[in-house]
Parts: sequence; C-alpha cells; structure tokens
Amino acid sequence: MTTSGSDVETAPRPSPSLRTEALEQLLTERGLVDPSVMDKFIANYETNVGPLNGAKVVAKAWTDPEYRKRLLDEGTSAIKELGFAGPQGEHIVVVENTPTLHNVTVCTLCSCYPWPVLGLPPSWYKDPAYRARVVREPRAVLAEMGLDLADDVEIVVRDSSSEVRWLVLPERPAGTEDLTEEELVPLITRDALVGVAKVQAPA
Amino acid sequence: MTTTAPLAIDGPAAPPRSNGELVFAEPWEGRAFGMAVSLHDAGAFAWERFQAALIRRIAAWEAGHPEGECWSYYTQWLAALEDVLTADGTVAEGEVAARAHALAERPAGYDHEDHDDHAGHGHGHGH
Repeated sequence: MTTSGSDVETAPRPSPSLRTEALEQLLTERGLVDPSVMDKFIANYETNVGPLNGAKVVAKAWTDPEYRKRLLDEGTSAIKELGFAGPQGEHIVVVENTPTLHNVTVCTLCSCYPWPVLGLPPSWYKDPAYRARVVREPRAVLAEMGLDLADDVEIVVRDSSSEVRWLVLPERPAGTEDLTEEELVPLITRDALVGVAKVQAPA
Repeated sequence: MTTTAPLAIDGPAAPPRSNGELVFAEPWEGRAFGMAVSLHDAGAFAWERFQAALIRRIAAWEAGHPEGECWSYYTQWLAALEDVLTADGTVAEGEVAARAHALAERPAGYDHEDHDDHAGHGHGHGH
C-alpha cells in the first residue's frame, strides 16, 4: 500500500469518501480513534439525539411556569435538568416567540446548533443560501419556508456562534389549553424550535 | 404514558428523531462526523480549534470554488478535520491523499466508491 509522491501530485483529488476512509485508517492505526466508539457516536446522533429532546424542553416550559422561567433565565442548566447535555450543548440561550416578536436562528459562519436538544442540523440550515439570506431578508426566507408573518410582527435573527447557541421557545398554539405535557410534545417540531415554523394545534 | 396523545413519544409512531430527513446523506459523512467527535471526546483537540478550521474552510468555499462544484457541508467538515490534524502533526502533509489513492487502486470488488452498503465492511474496521 505505497504510492509514490509523483503519482499523488498528478492524480486528481480523491473523493471525500476515499479521503474519509484513508483518514480513519491512519488514525485507527495510530490508536487515536476506535471505529467501534465512532460507531456509537454516529448511531447516537442518527437515532437518539434529535428534536424530540427540544420538544420535551418546550412542552415542560409550556406547562410549568417555574421551569419556563429557569429556561429563559439560564437555558443550558435548565436543559441539563432534563438530562440533555453534550457537545454543542454549552451556552444555549432560549428566546421566546410572542404574537409580536418572532425569533429565527442561523449560524452565519458555519453551523453552530444546539445538538443535545435538536440533534444535528438539517441540510438547509448549513446551506450558504439560508445562512446568508435569512439575515438580509428574513421575512422573505420565512415565507418561502411556509411561514407568512404579518407586517407588524418584528423578526429578530439570532446568529449562533461558539459563545451562544440559540433555541426558540415557540408560542403555545390556541386550542391546546387542555393538553398535557406529554400530549404537547408530538406537536412541537424541529422547525418551530429553529424559528422557521410555528407550532400548530392538532386538527 | 397517556393513551390520548396524538402520537406516542416513545412508541412505534413516535415523532421523527432524526429531523425528518437523513442525518447523513452518505455513509462517509457519518464517518467524518464520528471521527471529529470521538477525537475531541478523547481530548485530541479543543472543539474551538476544529470550529475555527471549519469556519475558514466554509468561508474559503464561499469566496470561490471550482465552477460547477456543488456545496457539500461534510466535504468542508472533512477538510477542516484534516487541517487540524495536519497542523498538529498527527498526520503528515499529503499522507491522507496518498492513502486515499492507494485505496482507490484496490481491486474492483474492494472499491466501495460505488457501493451504498458501506456499513457492513471495510472503512478501517478491524485494523
């Protein structure tokens, strides 16, 4: 498995798939990564950690005023109370949407996102078009994503970074007053927690 | 667990846990993600270092890229990871490319570039 330097110089750049495999081999040979440990991380984010965690946080905030206050005052620790912590889970700040103020989150520089409560970001969140446009013309971007906001609703674009990862506390929809915390959870979508949708009451 | 909930939280009809779309579009994206996270977890680098490298890679792509090259977030992620590991000497300059070329020269049966079932074999397991 040796390749001469000149071959490398003239060959086309290998695909990311091959580069990934090559890097994993090199790191495994050096004892720096353990593929079975990697498997666990990958499986955890593919199947366990996702927006369901964020939905549980919001449902609790909607039904427990004391928790709501803690969540808005100190997001990271209130979220940890429910057992959700981990990489990209530090410095989570929760902002509340109201009938007159709508928060929407973005990471203009890369893809900062509160992994422990939302899982890994969807492809559109990482897309250069969303990251650039939602700052310049949030109302148009939200409308394209199916959220038409009245002209008198103020839109605040929250730019995430390593210092702050934003999570939106959406409005509890009318008609859900009689639902329990457990019944509210399935209504709360990932998009509502990013701020590109509202939570809808069950039909 | 209530029986009147529109959807069970933990049952078979549970709401999507994976954002309603595949978390990783291709298997190598998951491997690239898993490598960075497990290296960081093992203390190989501070997350801020990786994040700064990722920001530089994304900014460079947005400032200019080959005509017709599609945006791929995990391609930038992988490049950022290589940047961090090359800068600290964990891998040598050109080493990843050399190994990748060697892998590309495997007999056709072992080249899973065109396969979609990476998970079952190869990709460095068992070394």
